[in-house]
Amino acid sequence: MSAIEHLTQASYLAAAALFVFSLRWLSSPKTARQGVVAGVAGMSLAVFGTLLHPEIVSYTWIVVALVIGTVIGVPLSWVPLTAVPQRTALSHAFGGMAAGLVGTAKYMLWLQDGGLTSFRMFAIIVEVLLGYLTLTGSLMAAGKLQEVLPTRPITYKNQNIFNGLLMLVALASGAYLVWRPETWQLFPVVIVLSLAFGVLLVLPIGGADMPTVISLLNAYAGLAAVAMGFVLDNKLLIVAGALDGSSGFILSVIMCKAMNRSFSNVLFGAFGQVSATAAVGEAKAVKSATPQDVADILENASRVVVIPGYGMAVAQAQHRVRELYEQLAKRGIECRFAIHPVAGRMPGHMNVLLAEAEVPYTALAEMDDINPDMPQVDVAIVVGANDVVNPAARHDKSSPIFGMPIINADRAKTVIAIKRTMNPGFAGIDNELYSADNCLMAFGDAKAVLGDIVKAMSGESGIH
Amino acid sequence: MHTTLDLWSMLFVFMLATFVGFQVIQSVSRLLHTPLMSLTNAISAIAIVGSIIIAGEEKDTTSLILGCVAVAASMTNIVSGFLITDRMLKMFREKGRQQ
Repeated sequence: MSAIEHLTQASYLAAAALFVFSLRWLSSPKTARQGVVAGVAGMSLAVFGTLLHPEIVSYTWIVVALVIGTVIGVPLSWVPLTAVPQRTALSHAFGGMAAGLVGTAKYMLWLQDGGLTSFRMFAIIVEVLLGYLTLTGSLMAAGKLQEVLPTRPITYKNQNIFNGLLMLVALASGAYLVWRPETWQLFPVVIVLSLAFGVLLVLPIGGADMPTVISLLNAYAGLAAVAMGFVLDNKLLIVAGALDGSSGFILSVIMCKAMNRSFSNVLFGAFGQVSATAAVGEAKAVKSATPQDVADILENASRVVVIPGYGMAVAQAQHRVRELYEQLAKRGIECRFAIHPVAGRMPGHMNVLLAEAEVPYTALAEMDDINPDMPQVDVAIVVGANDVVNPAARHDKSSPIFGMPIINADRAKTVIAIKRTMNPGFAGIDNELYSADNCLMAFGDAKAVLGDIVKAMSGESGIH
Repeated sequence: MHTTLDLWSMLFVFMLATFVGFQVIQSVSRLLHTPLMSLTNAISAIAIVGSIIIAGEEKDTTSLILGCVAVAASMTNIVSGFLITDRMLKMFREKGRQQ
Protein backbone atom coordinates (compact mmCIF):
# COMPACT_ATOMS: atom_id res chain seq x y z
CA MET A 1 0.00 0.00 0.00
CA SER A 2 1.39 3.35 -1.01
CA ALA A 3 1.46 6.36 1.31
CA ILE A 4 -1.36 7.95 -0.66
CA GLU A 5 -3.55 4.89 -0.29
CA HIS A 6 -2.98 4.99 3.47
CA LEU A 7 -4.00 8.63 3.45
CA THR A 8 -7.18 7.81 1.51
CA GLN A 9 -8.09 5.01 3.93
CA ALA A 10 -7.38 7.27 6.92
CA SER A 11 -9.72 9.90 5.50
CA TYR A 12 -12.43 7.24 5.10
CA LEU A 13 -11.94 6.09 8.69
CA ALA A 14 -12.28 9.64 10.01
CA ALA A 15 -15.30 10.24 7.77
CA ALA A 16 -17.06 7.15 9.14
CA ALA A 17 -16.52 8.37 12.72
CA LEU A 18 -17.74 11.86 11.83
CA PHE A 19 -20.92 10.44 10.28
CA VAL A 20 -21.71 8.58 13.49
CA PHE A 21 -21.17 11.76 15.52
CA SER A 22 -23.28 13.68 13.04
CA LEU A 23 -26.30 11.47 13.75
CA ARG A 24 -25.50 11.26 17.46
CA TRP A 25 -25.81 15.04 17.77
CA LEU A 26 -29.32 14.94 16.34
CA SER A 27 -30.50 13.62 19.71
CA SER A 28 -31.26 17.18 20.78
CA PRO A 29 -32.15 20.35 18.86
CA LYS A 30 -29.40 22.09 20.88
CA THR A 31 -26.56 20.08 19.38
CA ALA A 32 -28.20 19.24 16.06
CA ARG A 33 -26.49 21.88 13.97
CA GLN A 34 -23.12 20.56 15.09
CA GLY A 35 -24.28 17.34 13.47
CA VAL A 36 -24.48 19.03 10.09
CA VAL A 37 -20.95 20.41 10.52
CA ALA A 38 -19.65 16.93 11.35
CA GLY A 39 -21.46 15.50 8.33
CA VAL A 40 -20.02 18.11 5.98
CA ALA A 41 -16.53 17.60 7.43
CA GLY A 42 -16.78 13.83 6.99
CA MET A 43 -18.04 14.17 3.44
CA SER A 44 -15.32 16.67 2.45
CA LEU A 45 -12.59 14.45 3.93
CA ALA A 46 -13.88 11.42 2.07
CA VAL A 47 -14.15 13.27 -1.25
CA PHE A 48 -10.64 14.73 -0.97
CA GLY A 49 -9.31 11.34 0.06
CA THR A 50 -10.92 9.84 -3.03
CA LEU A 51 -9.58 12.51 -5.38
CA LEU A 52 -6.05 11.39 -4.38
CA HIS A 53 -6.83 7.95 -5.74
CA PRO A 54 -4.01 6.94 -8.13
CA GLU A 55 -6.38 5.29 -10.62
CA ILE A 56 -7.95 8.63 -11.51
CA VAL A 57 -6.45 9.74 -14.80
CA SER A 58 -8.41 12.93 -15.43
CA TYR A 59 -10.32 15.37 -13.27
CA THR A 60 -12.04 17.37 -16.02
CA TRP A 61 -15.30 15.45 -16.16
CA ILE A 62 -15.41 14.90 -12.41
CA VAL A 63 -15.25 18.64 -11.87
CA VAL A 64 -17.96 19.21 -14.50
CA ALA A 65 -20.21 16.68 -12.75
CA LEU A 66 -19.52 18.20 -9.33
CA VAL A 67 -20.45 21.64 -10.62
CA ILE A 68 -23.66 20.33 -12.23
CA GLY A 69 -24.61 18.61 -8.96
CA THR A 70 -24.01 21.81 -7.01
CA VAL A 71 -26.01 23.89 -9.47
CA ILE A 72 -29.00 21.52 -9.13
CA GLY A 73 -28.53 20.95 -5.41
CA VAL A 74 -28.48 24.52 -4.15
CA PRO A 75 -31.94 25.55 -5.45
CA LEU A 76 -33.32 22.17 -4.32
CA SER A 77 -32.50 23.22 -0.76
CA TRP A 78 -34.63 26.36 -1.06
CA VAL A 79 -37.97 24.60 -1.52
CA PRO A 80 -40.77 25.69 0.83
CA LEU A 81 -40.94 23.42 3.85
CA THR A 82 -44.39 22.16 2.86
CA ALA A 83 -42.60 20.63 -0.16
CA VAL A 84 -39.89 18.88 1.88
CA PRO A 85 -41.51 15.44 1.44
CA GLN A 86 -41.26 15.76 -2.35
CA ARG A 87 -37.67 16.95 -2.14
CA THR A 88 -36.80 14.04 0.12
CA ALA A 89 -38.40 11.55 -2.27
CA LEU A 90 -36.50 13.14 -5.15
CA SER A 91 -33.20 12.82 -3.34
CA HIS A 92 -33.92 9.14 -2.62
CA ALA A 93 -34.41 8.82 -6.37
CA PHE A 94 -31.00 10.41 -7.03
CA GLY A 95 -29.36 8.14 -4.47
CA GLY A 96 -30.95 5.08 -6.04
CA MET A 97 -29.93 6.23 -9.50
CA ALA A 98 -26.28 6.73 -8.48
CA ALA A 99 -26.18 3.20 -7.04
CA GLY A 100 -27.83 1.71 -10.11
CA LEU A 101 -25.51 3.48 -12.55
CA VAL A 102 -22.35 2.56 -10.65
CA GLY A 103 -23.50 -1.05 -10.52
CA THR A 104 -24.16 -1.03 -14.25
CA ALA A 105 -20.78 0.54 -15.04
CA LYS A 106 -18.95 -1.95 -12.82
CA TYR A 107 -20.72 -4.88 -14.47
CA MET A 108 -19.70 -3.67 -17.91
CA LEU A 109 -16.09 -3.04 -16.88
CA TRP A 110 -15.68 -6.40 -15.16
CA LEU A 111 -17.42 -8.18 -18.03
CA GLN A 112 -14.62 -6.94 -20.29
CA ASP A 113 -11.67 -7.79 -18.04
CA GLY A 114 -13.08 -10.99 -16.55
CA GLY A 115 -13.28 -9.63 -13.01
CA LEU A 116 -16.77 -10.97 -12.34
CA THR A 117 -16.59 -13.37 -9.41
CA SER A 118 -19.93 -14.75 -8.27
CA PHE A 119 -19.70 -12.70 -5.08
CA ARG A 120 -19.19 -9.47 -7.02
CA MET A 121 -22.02 -10.44 -9.35
CA PHE A 122 -24.32 -11.07 -6.38
CA ALA A 123 -23.49 -7.68 -4.88
CA ILE A 124 -24.01 -5.96 -8.23
CA ILE A 125 -27.44 -7.59 -8.67
CA VAL A 126 -28.53 -6.43 -5.20
CA GLU A 127 -27.18 -2.94 -5.85
CA VAL A 128 -28.81 -2.63 -9.26
CA LEU A 129 -32.12 -4.09 -8.10
CA LEU A 130 -32.41 -1.80 -5.07
CA GLY A 131 -30.96 1.20 -6.86
CA TYR A 132 -33.28 1.23 -9.86
CA LEU A 133 -36.30 0.22 -7.79
CA THR A 134 -35.62 3.14 -5.45
CA LEU A 135 -35.19 5.46 -8.45
CA THR A 136 -38.60 4.88 -10.03
CA GLY A 137 -40.41 4.22 -6.74
CA SER A 138 -39.19 7.52 -5.33
CA LEU A 139 -40.03 9.40 -8.52
CA MET A 140 -43.57 8.00 -8.26
CA ALA A 141 -43.76 9.04 -4.61
CA ALA A 142 -42.49 12.53 -5.44
CA GLY A 143 -45.04 12.78 -8.25
CA LYS A 144 -47.85 11.81 -5.92
CA LEU A 145 -46.68 14.24 -3.25
CA GLN A 146 -46.38 17.07 -5.77
CA GLU A 147 -49.82 16.01 -7.05
CA VAL A 148 -48.68 15.73 -10.64
CA LEU A 149 -49.77 12.09 -10.31
CA PRO A 150 -53.11 11.05 -8.78
CA THR A 151 -52.67 10.71 -5.01
CA ARG A 152 -55.36 8.09 -4.63
CA PRO A 153 -54.24 4.46 -4.68
CA ILE A 154 -54.28 3.02 -8.20
CA THR A 155 -55.22 -0.63 -8.15
CA TYR A 156 -56.17 -3.24 -10.70
CA LYS A 157 -57.13 -6.88 -10.64
CA ASN A 158 -54.50 -9.39 -9.50
CA GLN A 159 -52.08 -6.56 -8.80
CA ASN A 160 -50.15 -8.34 -6.09
CA ILE A 161 -49.88 -11.54 -8.13
CA PHE A 162 -48.64 -9.62 -11.16
CA ASN A 163 -46.08 -7.67 -9.11
CA GLY A 164 -44.97 -10.85 -7.37
CA LEU A 165 -44.43 -12.62 -10.70
CA LEU A 166 -42.46 -9.67 -12.03
CA MET A 167 -40.23 -9.69 -8.95
CA LEU A 168 -39.77 -13.43 -9.29
CA VAL A 169 -38.60 -13.08 -12.91
CA ALA A 170 -36.18 -10.33 -11.85
CA LEU A 171 -34.79 -12.49 -9.03
CA ALA A 172 -34.51 -15.52 -11.28
CA SER A 173 -32.62 -13.52 -13.92
CA GLY A 174 -30.38 -12.16 -11.18
CA ALA A 175 -29.72 -15.63 -9.81
CA TYR A 176 -28.86 -16.93 -13.29
CA LEU A 177 -26.43 -14.03 -13.74
CA VAL A 178 -24.69 -14.88 -10.48
CA TRP A 179 -24.23 -18.41 -11.80
CA ARG A 180 -23.30 -17.31 -15.34
CA PRO A 181 -22.15 -13.66 -15.24
CA GLU A 182 -21.28 -13.71 -18.94
CA THR A 183 -24.96 -13.93 -20.03
CA TRP A 184 -25.02 -10.18 -20.44
CA GLN A 185 -28.37 -10.29 -22.28
CA LEU A 186 -30.06 -10.86 -18.93
CA PHE A 187 -28.57 -7.75 -17.32
CA PRO A 188 -30.87 -5.23 -19.09
CA VAL A 189 -33.79 -7.50 -18.17
CA VAL A 190 -32.92 -7.10 -14.48
CA ILE A 191 -32.63 -3.32 -14.92
CA VAL A 192 -35.95 -2.93 -16.74
CA LEU A 193 -37.78 -5.17 -14.28
CA SER A 194 -36.35 -3.26 -11.29
CA LEU A 195 -37.44 0.03 -12.81
CA ALA A 196 -40.92 -1.35 -13.51
CA PHE A 197 -41.18 -2.87 -10.06
CA GLY A 198 -40.46 0.49 -8.41
CA VAL A 199 -43.35 2.09 -10.31
CA LEU A 200 -45.75 -0.76 -9.53
CA LEU A 201 -44.79 -0.78 -5.85
CA VAL A 202 -45.81 2.83 -5.25
CA LEU A 203 -48.79 2.92 -7.64
CA PRO A 204 -51.29 1.43 -5.16
CA ILE A 205 -50.17 3.60 -2.24
CA GLY A 206 -52.31 6.55 -1.15
CA GLY A 207 -51.27 9.96 0.13
CA ALA A 208 -51.77 9.18 3.81
CA ASP A 209 -49.37 6.24 3.61
CA MET A 210 -46.59 8.41 2.24
CA PRO A 211 -44.72 8.75 5.57
CA THR A 212 -44.21 4.98 5.64
CA VAL A 213 -43.32 4.71 1.96
CA ILE A 214 -40.79 7.54 2.10
CA SER A 215 -39.15 5.90 5.11
CA LEU A 216 -39.06 2.57 3.35
CA LEU A 217 -37.52 4.06 0.20
CA ASN A 218 -35.00 5.73 2.52
CA ALA A 219 -34.05 2.29 3.81
CA TYR A 220 -33.77 0.91 0.26
CA ALA A 221 -31.53 3.79 -0.82
CA GLY A 222 -29.29 3.07 2.19
CA LEU A 223 -29.13 -0.63 1.43
CA ALA A 224 -28.30 0.13 -2.20
CA ALA A 225 -25.32 2.15 -0.92
CA VAL A 226 -24.29 -0.81 1.27
CA ALA A 227 -24.43 -3.10 -1.76
CA MET A 228 -22.30 -0.58 -3.64
CA GLY A 229 -19.80 -0.77 -0.80
CA PHE A 230 -19.60 -4.56 -1.24
CA VAL A 231 -19.18 -4.15 -5.01
CA LEU A 232 -16.39 -1.58 -4.70
CA ASP A 233 -14.80 -3.11 -1.61
CA ASN A 234 -15.30 0.20 0.20
CA LYS A 235 -16.03 0.03 3.93
CA LEU A 236 -16.96 3.70 4.26
CA LEU A 237 -19.84 3.13 1.83
CA ILE A 238 -20.94 0.15 3.88
CA VAL A 239 -20.92 2.19 7.10
CA ALA A 240 -22.74 5.22 5.65
CA GLY A 241 -25.24 3.02 3.83
CA ALA A 242 -25.90 0.99 6.99
CA LEU A 243 -26.53 4.19 8.97
CA ASP A 244 -28.94 5.42 6.29
CA GLY A 245 -30.59 2.02 5.97
CA SER A 246 -31.13 1.56 9.69
CA SER A 247 -32.53 5.08 9.94
CA GLY A 248 -35.03 4.40 7.16
CA PHE A 249 -35.95 1.09 8.73
CA ILE A 250 -36.51 2.53 12.20
CA LEU A 251 -38.63 5.36 10.81
CA SER A 252 -40.70 2.87 8.80
CA VAL A 253 -41.34 0.83 11.93
CA ILE A 254 -42.36 3.94 13.89
CA MET A 255 -44.74 4.98 11.10
CA CYS A 256 -46.29 1.51 10.84
CA LYS A 257 -46.78 1.33 14.61
CA ALA A 258 -48.40 4.76 14.59
CA MET A 259 -50.95 3.45 12.11
CA ASN A 260 -51.25 0.00 13.70
CA ARG A 261 -50.37 -1.61 10.41
CA SER A 262 -47.74 -4.02 9.17
CA PHE A 263 -45.22 -3.39 6.41
CA SER A 264 -46.97 -5.82 4.10
CA ASN A 265 -50.29 -4.14 4.79
CA VAL A 266 -48.95 -0.74 3.78
CA LEU A 267 -47.27 -2.11 0.66
CA PHE A 268 -49.96 -4.46 -0.53
CA GLY A 269 -53.05 -3.26 1.28
CA ALA A 270 -54.10 -0.20 -0.77
CA PHE A 271 -55.62 1.46 2.28
CA GLY A 272 -57.95 3.81 0.43
CA GLN A 273 -59.90 0.88 -0.94
CA VAL A 274 -61.15 -0.12 2.49
CA SER A 275 -63.50 2.85 2.52
CA ALA A 276 -66.02 0.98 0.39
CA THR A 277 -67.07 -0.92 3.49
CA ALA A 278 -67.30 2.14 5.73
CA ALA A 279 -70.71 2.66 7.28
CA VAL A 280 -73.19 4.79 5.42
CA GLY A 281 -73.01 7.90 7.55
CA GLU A 282 -76.46 9.07 8.60
CA ALA A 283 -76.42 12.84 8.91
CA LYS A 284 -75.57 13.41 12.55
CA ALA A 285 -76.21 16.75 14.14
CA VAL A 286 -73.09 18.81 14.70
CA LYS A 287 -72.77 22.09 16.58
CA SER A 288 -71.01 24.89 14.84
CA ALA A 289 -69.25 27.88 16.31
CA THR A 290 -68.16 31.25 14.94
CA PRO A 291 -64.58 32.48 15.35
CA GLN A 292 -65.91 34.92 17.98
CA ASP A 293 -67.42 31.99 19.96
CA VAL A 294 -64.09 30.19 19.78
CA ALA A 295 -62.23 33.29 20.95
CA ASP A 296 -64.55 33.58 23.95
CA ILE A 297 -64.06 29.95 24.86
CA LEU A 298 -60.27 30.30 24.59
CA GLU A 299 -60.27 33.44 26.78
CA ASN A 300 -61.72 31.37 29.60
CA ALA A 301 -59.46 28.37 29.19
CA SER A 302 -56.28 27.72 31.10
CA ARG A 303 -54.89 24.77 29.13
CA VAL A 304 -55.13 24.52 25.37
CA VAL A 305 -53.80 21.84 23.03
CA VAL A 306 -53.56 22.31 19.26
CA ILE A 307 -53.62 19.16 17.13
CA PRO A 308 -52.26 19.89 13.65
CA GLY A 309 -52.60 17.62 10.62
CA TYR A 310 -51.76 17.68 6.94
CA GLY A 311 -54.70 20.06 6.37
CA MET A 312 -52.75 22.74 8.24
CA ALA A 313 -49.94 22.44 5.70
CA VAL A 314 -52.36 22.47 2.77
CA ALA A 315 -54.03 25.64 4.07
CA GLN A 316 -50.62 27.17 4.93
CA ALA A 317 -52.12 27.92 8.35
CA GLN A 318 -48.99 27.38 10.47
CA HIS A 319 -48.28 31.11 10.85
CA ARG A 320 -51.85 31.78 12.04
CA VAL A 321 -51.41 28.92 14.49
CA ARG A 322 -48.34 30.65 15.88
CA GLU A 323 -50.28 33.93 16.22
CA LEU A 324 -52.92 32.05 18.18
CA TYR A 325 -50.15 30.57 20.33
CA GLU A 326 -48.83 34.08 21.03
CA GLN A 327 -52.27 35.41 21.94
CA LEU A 328 -52.73 32.56 24.40
CA ALA A 329 -49.23 32.95 25.83
CA LYS A 330 -49.87 36.66 26.37
CA ARG A 331 -52.81 35.76 28.62
CA GLY A 332 -50.82 33.18 30.54
CA ILE A 333 -52.83 30.34 28.98
CA GLU A 334 -50.76 27.21 28.50
CA CYS A 335 -50.74 26.14 24.87
CA ARG A 336 -49.10 22.98 23.58
CA PHE A 337 -49.08 21.15 20.27
CA ALA A 338 -49.89 17.45 20.09
CA ILE A 339 -48.04 15.84 17.20
CA HIS A 340 -49.16 12.47 15.89
CA PRO A 341 -46.26 10.53 14.34
CA VAL A 342 -48.00 10.17 10.97
CA ALA A 343 -49.44 13.69 10.81
CA GLY A 344 -48.31 15.17 7.50
CA ARG A 345 -46.60 13.48 4.60
CA MET A 346 -43.29 12.42 6.13
CA PRO A 347 -41.90 11.68 9.61
CA GLY A 348 -41.60 14.89 11.64
CA HIS A 349 -43.29 17.03 8.98
CA MET A 350 -45.49 18.98 11.46
CA ASN A 351 -42.56 19.77 13.75
CA VAL A 352 -40.62 21.37 10.92
CA LEU A 353 -43.59 23.44 9.73
CA LEU A 354 -44.30 24.72 13.24
CA ALA A 355 -40.63 25.42 13.87
CA GLU A 356 -40.55 27.44 10.66
CA ALA A 357 -43.53 29.43 11.92
CA GLU A 358 -41.38 30.17 15.00
CA VAL A 359 -43.30 28.08 17.49
CA PRO A 360 -40.69 27.09 20.11
CA TYR A 361 -39.99 23.36 20.07
CA THR A 362 -40.55 23.17 23.81
CA ALA A 363 -44.29 23.62 23.06
CA LEU A 364 -44.36 20.55 20.79
CA ALA A 365 -45.40 17.30 22.48
CA GLU A 366 -45.54 13.73 21.27
CA MET A 367 -48.75 11.77 21.26
CA ASP A 368 -47.75 9.43 24.08
CA ASP A 369 -46.68 12.30 26.32
CA ILE A 370 -49.80 14.38 25.88
CA ASN A 371 -52.53 11.74 25.95
CA PRO A 372 -52.46 11.25 29.74
CA ASP A 373 -52.97 15.02 30.14
CA MET A 374 -55.92 15.29 27.76
CA PRO A 375 -58.69 15.01 30.42
CA GLN A 376 -57.23 18.09 32.13
CA VAL A 377 -57.14 20.09 28.92
CA ASP A 378 -59.84 22.77 28.59
CA VAL A 379 -59.79 23.20 24.84
CA ALA A 380 -58.41 20.96 22.10
CA ILE A 381 -58.22 22.65 18.71
CA VAL A 382 -58.03 20.28 15.74
CA VAL A 383 -56.46 21.98 12.71
CA GLY A 384 -56.58 19.93 9.54
CA ALA A 385 -56.26 16.58 11.30
CA ASN A 386 -58.94 13.94 11.01
CA ASP A 387 -58.26 10.24 11.34
CA VAL A 388 -55.59 10.75 14.02
CA VAL A 389 -58.26 12.13 16.38
CA ASN A 390 -61.08 9.72 15.47
CA PRO A 391 -62.22 7.97 18.67
CA ALA A 392 -63.56 5.09 16.55
CA ALA A 393 -59.94 3.86 16.40
CA ARG A 394 -60.22 3.03 20.11
CA HIS A 395 -63.52 1.14 20.23
CA ASP A 396 -65.14 0.52 16.85
CA LYS A 397 -63.90 -2.86 15.67
CA SER A 398 -65.55 -2.41 12.27
CA SER A 399 -63.64 0.80 11.54
CA PRO A 400 -60.74 0.48 9.09
CA ILE A 401 -58.58 2.50 11.48
CA PHE A 402 -59.46 0.39 14.54
CA GLY A 403 -56.41 -0.09 16.75
CA MET A 404 -54.50 2.89 15.41
CA PRO A 405 -53.13 4.97 18.27
CA ILE A 406 -54.82 8.38 18.31
CA ILE A 407 -54.55 11.67 20.13
CA ASN A 408 -57.45 11.63 22.58
CA ALA A 409 -58.85 15.00 21.58
CA ASP A 410 -62.36 13.88 22.59
CA ARG A 411 -61.29 13.68 26.24
CA ALA A 412 -60.64 17.41 26.45
CA LYS A 413 -63.42 19.45 28.03
CA THR A 414 -64.17 21.22 24.76
CA VAL A 415 -63.05 20.26 21.26
CA ILE A 416 -62.95 22.76 18.43
CA ALA A 417 -62.54 21.23 14.99
CA ILE A 418 -61.59 23.59 12.20
CA LYS A 419 -62.69 22.03 8.95
CA ARG A 420 -63.61 23.13 5.48
CA THR A 421 -66.71 20.94 5.16
CA MET A 422 -68.13 17.82 6.74
CA ASN A 423 -66.45 15.66 4.08
CA PRO A 424 -64.73 12.68 5.67
CA GLY A 425 -60.96 12.16 5.68
CA PHE A 426 -58.85 10.32 3.13
CA ALA A 427 -60.17 6.90 3.99
CA GLY A 428 -63.77 8.06 3.81
CA ILE A 429 -64.33 7.20 7.45
CA ASP A 430 -66.94 9.06 9.49
CA ASN A 431 -65.40 10.85 12.42
CA GLU A 432 -67.68 10.54 15.43
CA LEU A 433 -65.64 13.20 17.20
CA TYR A 434 -67.52 15.88 15.27
CA SER A 435 -70.93 14.86 16.55
CA ALA A 436 -69.74 14.47 20.14
CA ASP A 437 -71.45 16.63 22.80
CA ASN A 438 -68.26 18.49 23.67
CA CYS A 439 -67.28 19.25 20.06
CA LEU A 440 -67.85 22.48 18.18
CA MET A 441 -67.17 22.81 14.47
CA ALA A 442 -65.64 25.97 13.07
CA PHE A 443 -66.25 25.69 9.34
CA GLY A 444 -64.02 27.34 6.80
CA ASP A 445 -60.48 27.52 5.51
CA ALA A 446 -58.11 26.85 8.42
CA LYS A 447 -56.00 29.90 7.70
CA ALA A 448 -59.01 32.24 7.50
CA VAL A 449 -60.77 30.80 10.55
CA LEU A 450 -57.65 30.96 12.70
CA GLY A 451 -57.00 34.50 11.46
CA ASP A 452 -60.52 35.51 12.57
CA ILE A 453 -60.08 33.85 15.96
CA VAL A 454 -56.81 35.70 16.50
CA LYS A 455 -58.41 38.96 15.39
CA ALA A 456 -61.30 38.48 17.81
CA MET A 457 -58.87 37.74 20.63
CA SER A 458 -56.57 40.67 19.96
CA GLY A 459 -59.61 42.96 19.69
CA GLU A 460 -60.78 41.90 23.12
CA SER A 461 -57.41 42.26 24.73
CA GLY A 462 -57.72 45.98 23.98
CA ILE A 463 -60.90 46.20 26.04
CA HIS A 464 -59.57 44.39 29.09
CA MET B 1 -8.35 -16.71 0.16
CA HIS B 2 -7.59 -13.04 0.35
CA THR B 3 -10.91 -12.01 -1.21
CA THR B 4 -12.83 -14.36 1.10
CA LEU B 5 -11.29 -12.60 4.10
CA ASP B 6 -12.26 -9.27 2.57
CA LEU B 7 -15.83 -10.45 2.25
CA TRP B 8 -15.95 -11.47 5.90
CA SER B 9 -14.42 -8.25 7.13
CA MET B 10 -16.95 -6.29 5.05
CA LEU B 11 -19.79 -8.30 6.59
CA PHE B 12 -18.39 -7.53 10.05
CA VAL B 13 -18.32 -3.83 9.22
CA PHE B 14 -21.87 -4.00 7.90
CA MET B 15 -23.16 -5.78 10.99
CA LEU B 16 -21.44 -3.45 13.46
CA ALA B 17 -22.44 -0.32 11.54
CA THR B 18 -26.05 -1.50 11.52
CA PHE B 19 -25.98 -1.96 15.30
CA VAL B 20 -24.42 1.47 15.77
CA GLY B 21 -27.04 2.89 13.39
CA PHE B 22 -29.92 1.39 15.36
CA GLN B 23 -28.56 2.71 18.65
CA VAL B 24 -27.81 6.19 17.38
CA ILE B 25 -31.02 6.62 15.38
CA GLN B 26 -33.18 5.48 18.27
CA SER B 27 -31.79 8.29 20.37
CA VAL B 28 -32.60 10.92 17.74
CA SER B 29 -35.23 13.37 18.99
CA ARG B 30 -38.63 12.74 17.42
CA LEU B 31 -38.85 16.45 16.80
CA LEU B 32 -36.08 16.09 14.28
CA HIS B 33 -37.22 13.16 12.16
CA THR B 34 -37.53 15.26 9.00
CA PRO B 35 -34.01 16.73 9.32
CA LEU B 36 -32.79 13.22 10.23
CA MET B 37 -34.03 11.93 6.91
CA SER B 38 -32.42 14.72 4.91
CA LEU B 39 -29.16 14.33 6.84
CA THR B 40 -28.92 10.54 6.38
CA ASN B 41 -29.77 11.16 2.76
CA ALA B 42 -26.82 13.49 2.37
CA ILE B 43 -24.56 11.06 4.23
CA SER B 44 -25.52 8.10 2.08
CA ALA B 45 -24.57 10.21 -0.93
CA ILE B 46 -21.07 9.09 0.08
CA ALA B 47 -21.73 6.91 -2.98
CA ILE B 48 -19.97 9.81 -4.64
CA VAL B 49 -16.58 8.24 -3.78
CA GLY B 50 -17.38 5.18 -5.87
CA SER B 51 -18.75 7.31 -8.68
CA ILE B 52 -15.67 9.55 -8.71
CA ILE B 53 -13.35 6.60 -9.22
CA ILE B 54 -15.42 5.17 -12.07
CA ALA B 55 -15.65 8.57 -13.76
CA GLY B 56 -11.96 9.31 -13.17
CA GLU B 57 -10.60 6.00 -14.45
CA GLU B 58 -12.09 6.83 -17.88
CA LYS B 59 -11.83 3.18 -18.93
CA ASP B 60 -14.42 3.64 -21.68
CA THR B 61 -17.01 6.21 -22.75
CA THR B 62 -20.00 4.38 -21.29
CA SER B 63 -18.47 4.03 -17.84
CA LEU B 64 -17.31 7.65 -17.99
CA ILE B 65 -20.84 8.84 -18.72
CA LEU B 66 -22.47 6.57 -16.13
CA GLY B 67 -19.87 7.62 -13.55
CA CYS B 68 -20.34 11.32 -14.25
CA VAL B 69 -24.14 11.13 -13.99
CA ALA B 70 -23.71 9.26 -10.70
CA VAL B 71 -21.26 11.92 -9.44
CA ALA B 72 -23.71 14.69 -10.37
CA ALA B 73 -26.66 12.88 -8.73
CA SER B 74 -24.68 12.24 -5.51
CA MET B 75 -23.35 15.78 -5.43
CA THR B 76 -26.93 17.08 -5.76
CA ASN B 77 -27.89 15.04 -2.69
CA ILE B 78 -24.86 16.17 -0.73
CA VAL B 79 -25.35 19.86 -1.42
CA SER B 80 -29.14 20.01 -1.10
CA GLY B 81 -29.21 17.51 1.78
CA PHE B 82 -26.78 19.34 4.05
CA LEU B 83 -28.11 22.79 3.15
CA ILE B 84 -31.75 21.97 3.78
CA THR B 85 -30.95 20.08 6.97
CA ASP B 86 -29.16 23.12 8.34
CA ARG B 87 -31.96 25.39 7.16
CA MET B 88 -34.51 23.30 9.05
CA LEU B 89 -32.42 22.91 12.19
CA LYS B 90 -31.88 26.66 12.41
CA MET B 91 -35.63 27.01 12.90
CA PHE B 92 -35.86 24.87 16.02
CA ARG B 93 -35.73 27.39 18.85
CA GLU B 94 -36.26 26.93 22.52
CA LYS B 95 -37.97 30.29 22.91
CA GLY B 96 -40.63 31.90 20.76
CA ARG B 97 -40.23 34.76 18.36
CA GLN B 98 -38.49 37.88 19.63
CA GLN B 99 -41.21 40.49 19.78
